[in-house]
Amino acid sequence: MSGLLDQRFKSGEGGVLLTTAEDLLNWGRLSSLWPMGFGLACCAIEMMQTFASGYDLERFGIFPRPSPRQSDVMIVSGTVTFKMADRIRRLYEQMAEPRYVISMGSCSNCGGPYWQHGYHVVKGVDRIIPVDVYVPGCPPRPEALIGGFLKLQEKIRNARLTEEPAPTALLAMEAAVEEV
Amino acid sequence: MLSDFGIILLFILTGLAFVALMLFVSKLIRPARPNPEKLSTYESGEEPVGNANIQFNVRFYVVAIIFVLFDVELVFLFPWATVFGQQSLNEETNGTWGWFSLAEMLLFVALLALGLAYAWRKGYLDWIRPEPKIPAVKTNVPTALYEKVNQKYKRP
Amino acid sequence: MTFAELTNVLTAHFGADAGLEANTQNPQPYLIVPAKRITDICRFLRNDERLFFDFLACMTGIDNGPQAGTMEVVYHLTSIPYEHDLTLKVIIPRTPADESTHEGLPVVPSVTAVWRTADWHEREIYDLVGIYFEGHHDLRRILLPTDWVGHPLRKDYKDLDTYHGIKVN
Repeated sequence: MSGLLDQRFKSGEGGVLLTTAEDLLNWGRLSSLWPMGFGLACCAIEMMQTFASGYDLERFGIFPRPSPRQSDVMIVSGTVTFKMADRIRRLYEQMAEPRYVISMGSCSNCGGPYWQHGYHVVKGVDRIIPVDVYVPGCPPRPEALIGGFLKLQEKIRNARLTEEPAPTALLAMEAAVEEV
Repeated sequence: MLSDFGIILLFILTGLAFVALMLFVSKLIRPARPNPEKLSTYESGEEPVGNANIQFNVRFYVVAIIFVLFDVELVFLFPWATVFGQQSLNEETNGTWGWFSLAEMLLFVALLALGLAYAWRKGYLDWIRPEPKIPAVKTNVPTALYEKVNQKYKRP
Repeated sequence: MTFAELTNVLTAHFGADAGLEANTQNPQPYLIVPAKRITDICRFLRNDERLFFDFLACMTGIDNGPQAGTMEVVYHLTSIPYEHDLTLKVIIPRTPADESTHEGLPVVPSVTAVWRTADWHEREIYDLVGIYFEGHHDLRRILLPTDWVGHPLRKDYKDLDTYHGIKVN
């Protein structure tokens, strides 16, 4: 049987019972985002600093997990090479829903300094997996990464059961375009 | 009414029922979207190769077995301790009870200590570390020349 | 030892017809060495008591383009005990004489038996410029994925459109 969250309720139906459940669920999710820190390059150093005691991400309930099975959010920090692309895709697929992706730094946003001549670099991790929050910088300061997390929390807070999650909506859009 | 054991049975059943309830509620609520890649085994992003049942160091088994042995010895020490310390028994036998039970227990512990000494001496408790083979290329440069360079650039 | 003295030692050992050519026009002089003798010459340079070149500082592969038709491999050697340096060059034709072996790539003997650093340097040159090193125990791509097609640092390299479904450019 499909879970409660797999069905789509028309907006307006659901009423009082679902609204407060939504807020409760969203609050639960945003208060304990466990990242699978995907530290690839220099941005990983800044990510480590954010986890450490100076900028402490743990006070937000964010503490890193080594495995995709146990994490909610994947922080892609660093240059994504073609050699790594297959693995990123597989690890993203192995994460359990609800899952989010934060793209940290220029290299994973758009290819960064390698965007013009980088023959071995994927120009942005959004060519491989759907991204929720982009954090610009080369590398972004720890405060910027914390800002990215707060933005993601805002996004989760505004999520509604009556809407499709962004990746599904995007794929549906792409399929509609292809059919035309 | 209900015996003491009956109350414990109720406790166990309630515990099991609670667990089942929790699992059922989360089964209702959570999203379930399996796809072949999600269900594949985790191997740091690579395609999984080979069997997950790999051989592990047999030292783990040896240490666990020896631990169990001495743990059972410890378990035997507990009831002995309750009987050994009873003042009434000691008074009844004019103090020989204390010496007698102590001697018995010392004999028991000594036999087991003998076994431990045997295992220790034979090397069954050693943890064999793997020795990495560091590749090296033999050159015929005498070390005296390198010492000279070190001396030349030594900090004053 | 100066470059002239080093060249003299080498020609004295290997003979005047070994094919060694000195080039002193640039600020850094280099010695052009025939490709098939590079391993012997490197071993001699490392083991000889006057020279002791025990450190391969850098190894580079250069593609001169389809017009010039040559490729070069440059070796920068340093001696830690005696503190002198030497630059060697191997110049090979861009298309090999025998295209049926080694994926149709030009071939240079490997110097991994002399210096272990050459191991990854040669893998990088194989990956990016496309020179096959004979005698290398494990020659495979080091930066690009194993099923990549093409050698990016060649002058006539064209990017792929997609790799595994990912748009390359």
